[in-house]
Amino acid sequence: MRYPGAWVLDMGQVIIRDYDIPADDFLAAGEASSAVRKLLSQLGVAPDRIKRTAIAMYEAEINAVIHGHGGKAHVEISGDRITIVISDEGPGIEDLELAMQEGYSTAPDSIREMGFGAGMGLPNMKKHADELVINTEKGKGTVVTITVYFK
Amino acid sequence: MKISEIATVLNAELYTTNHDAETDIMSACSADLMSDVMAYSKENALLLTGLVNPQVIRTAEMMEMKAIVFVRGKKPQQAMIELAEEKRIALMSTEYPLFEASGRLYQCGIRGHGF
Repeated sequence: MRYPGAWVLDMGQVIIRDYDIPADDFLAAGEASSAVRKLLSQLGVAPDRIKRTAIAMYEAEINAVIHGHGGKAHVEISGDRITIVISDEGPGIEDLELAMQEGYSTAPDSIREMGFGAGMGLPNMKKHADELVINTEKGKGTVVTITVYFK
Repeated sequence: MKISEIATVLNAELYTTNHDAETDIMSACSADLMSDVMAYSKENALLLTGLVNPQVIRTAEMMEMKAIVFVRGKKPQQAMIELAEEKRIALMSTEYPLFEASGRLYQCGIRGHGF
């Protein structure tokens, strides 16, 4: 067990993982985040850092399923941080500033019935990630990059 | 409270066997909105919800919650039970509605997020 402040990998060492996020599969949605949570736990990352990572990634993964017709997750873990890139080829976010506001949502009722779509996904990601970068283009898709530092 | 004690207080049916029976649950979160659950931060917590779908189990997993109680007699589907067994999360179903189930546990000393 390592502790906050400790590097989880040797200098220069990087772990890379890629995951598919299947479209409209609500049983599988969350598998990638679950796998990353387990990996970070095995590496001895501090529990509060794991939780922040898991929440931010899970929200992004759910968004890709709901809005993006599925997508991909690319994960890089180095000594002091994890970077997660979730990309989809969905419709893009029309008004990003509006989408960042708590309570704003374009999700259909079917998604609200799943317990999501309340307009908290992006704000939750921003709250839990140390860095959040969103690149989106209407009609092309969205790329969300989440970084969490381990100390 | 242990998971079995919670099941007794709520007269709940327990669906899983692969969970941490000795864990001491001190706090709970009652919500149907999973984004609200993800704003919650206590350890060893219990989730009470009227929502029944696999994402409830996923959300509990991300939040490291130990047990889920489905209220108002709602029952988990087989795929959810299997997912919960894999994640070592206890699943229960009680006939009590959300408010009453929460109140009964509060009376037993379970607390929420607090201020």
